[in-house]
Amino acid sequence: MPEARNFTLNFGPQHPAAHGVLRLILELEGEVVKLADPHIGLLHRGTEKLVETRAWAQALPYMDRLDYVAMMCNEHAYCLAVEKLLGIEVPLRAKYIRTMFDEVTRLLSHLLSLGTHALDLGAMGIMLYTFREREDLMDVYEAVTGARMHPAYYRIGGVYRDLPDQMSQYQKSPWKNAATLKKVNKNRQGSLLDYLEDFTERFPKCHADYHTLLTDNRIWKQRLVNIGVVSPERALQLGFTGAMLRGSGIEWDLRKKQPYAAYDRVDFDVPVGVNGDSYDRYLVRMEEMLQANRIIRQCIDWLRKNPGPVISDDYKLAPPPHETIHSNMEALIHHFKFFSEGIFVPEGEAYAVVEHPKGEFGIYAISDGANKPYRLKIRPPGFTHLAAMDEMARGHMLADVVTIIGSQDYVFGDIDR
Amino acid sequence: MEEMIAQFGNQWFGAAWPSLWLVIWTLIKIIAIVAPLLLSVAYLTYAERKVLGYMHSRLGPNRVGPWGLVQPIADGLKLLLKEIICPSWANRRLYFIAPTLAFAPALAVWAVVPFSDALVLANIDASLLYVLAIGSMSVYGVVLAGWASNSKYAFLGSMRAAAQIVSYEIAMGFALVAVLMVSGSLNLTEIVHMQQKGWFAERGLSFLSWNWLPLLPLFVVYFISGVAETNRAPFDVAEGESEIVAGFHIDYSGMAFAIFFLAEYTEMILVAVLTSLIFLGGWDAPFAGLPDSAWWLIGKACLMLFFFLWFRASFPRYRYDHIMRLGWKVFIPLTVVWIFVVGIWMLTPWNIWK
Repeated sequence: MPEARNFTLNFGPQHPAAHGVLRLILELEGEVVKLADPHIGLLHRGTEKLVETRAWAQALPYMDRLDYVAMMCNEHAYCLAVEKLLGIEVPLRAKYIRTMFDEVTRLLSHLLSLGTHALDLGAMGIMLYTFREREDLMDVYEAVTGARMHPAYYRIGGVYRDLPDQMSQYQKSPWKNAATLKKVNKNRQGSLLDYLEDFTERFPKCHADYHTLLTDNRIWKQRLVNIGVVSPERALQLGFTGAMLRGSGIEWDLRKKQPYAAYDRVDFDVPVGVNGDSYDRYLVRMEEMLQANRIIRQCIDWLRKNPGPVISDDYKLAPPPHETIHSNMEALIHHFKFFSEGIFVPEGEAYAVVEHPKGEFGIYAISDGANKPYRLKIRPPGFTHLAAMDEMARGHMLADVVTIIGSQDYVFGDIDR
Repeated sequence: MEEMIAQFGNQWFGAAWPSLWLVIWTLIKIIAIVAPLLLSVAYLTYAERKVLGYMHSRLGPNRVGPWGLVQPIADGLKLLLKEIICPSWANRRLYFIAPTLAFAPALAVWAVVPFSDALVLANIDASLLYVLAIGSMSVYGVVLAGWASNSKYAFLGSMRAAAQIVSYEIAMGFALVAVLMVSGSLNLTEIVHMQQKGWFAERGLSFLSWNWLPLLPLFVVYFISGVAETNRAPFDVAEGESEIVAGFHIDYSGMAFAIFFLAEYTEMILVAVLTSLIFLGGWDAPFAGLPDSAWWLIGKACLMLFFFLWFRASFPRYRYDHIMRLGWKVFIPLTVVWIFVVGIWMLTPWNIWK
């Protein structure tokens, strides 16, 4: 009689629940996972090597393409690293704008995470509801940069430009009559801040709807509670960060512990889990969304009252205002030098890390004094989380692997870099 | 008209005509049931997409024809024109038999389903038994499909489907035991007739005399088991979109794939109609004074179908072992207890089913 063998299943790289191009080799005994072996590298684009041949400012758009659902947070880490090397402070208004957009980004990422997590577990509706809210936030991105996915908005020394005074409007089309048009353009009459404030007023209601649909749903709890439990000690040993670490009950949030941008000037709470299971991580993310909403509101208030510069006025580091180029000789030269040669960053090395929606996202930059990085190392949060897949999934069922993937909330853009 | 046909038949076929006519007449009746059935299956997919769409704050199909009404036809046409791929390691014969095995029982059950007092293809005495027997045959199609396609995902799907359908068949059967106890018959028409009598029915509120009220737990168990039987969300682990991709029909394409869906939706309609017949009084009007008609049955079935879609729009998917637990540890004990309750109730002077 042939020996009984375990069942090896190739989960991905083309799998609806793989969140990108995860290839997971699962060794199953019946439906119970005996071994989960993640294979990565299918989305490798060599970002770290690519930026070594680009000027410092040109490396920035590559950051958008790392974790492509938390674009501005990636940019933030990069800007912080270069600013640390340069030893400059950015204007306060830029700090507030960065804080606000970091939180908008956190909402975007958590909404996507929640939506896909629920979709993977079969609750289709949530995904479409979260995408409805994401659409509004994408419009905020679009209003400020023109791009919805890869904004490239932050700059070394500040942000690209101040917040716009008006929102783009829907135009008349065969699908939108005058009445619909009036309805969809209703909250777009004011400035970007008005639009965003309107969103923050609506959002808690939407958030309550997600709670109604999921939090006390018996099926949802059966699928999440006690799945992928990580003890606080193990979470630390495994190098978890972000919601993964806080879900295990360790209160660690860089926004509180090592405040950057304007986080030391805004009020917010850090939610912490108790059991370290998928359900706690879900609750932590849910609460973080409300906190993000709270931070955005505080930033809106401050930004309304305090106009000012949004980018460094050192024209060796940031281009001069465009109007001055045609009338001012020095501005023209600065402009030319900035866009042809770029900025020179003093020799040295710096590590900057931000509280990214998924954990700690770090950029380690080494400069040899040239106009481009000598070496840039990216520390993605998802990489360490994915490494714990085997430990978290072992002994659970096949369906729980999907839960764990959803609760780890990784994106392959930054794992594979 | 009838005379003309009889005359014509006798002239051409002589003595063989009466039996030949029976075959022809039965075939006509079958077509009269199957054609509208398939049409309603097609439009059930449309309704599903529309209802899900509105529940998800989007529009659903709205491009093909006015309000997207031609969409199901376009879908069917597309699937008809697609190549049916058979994986090289699959067992060819079983691979192509499987969809048929899934679909045929789903259609065969309709033979005994009454639409109103006289509107039934075969009014057999043990029609409920026939429904149970033929209805559970369709699992063979699913199991064979999973096995024959020789894919690990399909295999897992068919294992899940087999276990799930077998377990829920029991809960479903137990739920029906009480129904046949109170009705004293296995005939579906008779079951509906029994529901038309009672204390409330005499006072004009016939909808309170239907089985759903005294057998409420069984009604719930039966309908949920029905959802599980048809592999619909939240019990769709056999397809398990995000776990085992599409489960047992992962390798099927074109019309072979479509037939699995036809079977699924036919069974959905069947479960809805049976629930309406057994627990919601079938074609009986809810209040006295309103005429009884097949439209009531259709309306009730539509309501039940709406629940199917509603579940799908809002619930997360069960995990496979939780489904088993629900079936074996909750539904089966619950139905057994309620059978006892009903049995004792029937022996007391307060028996309402005399």
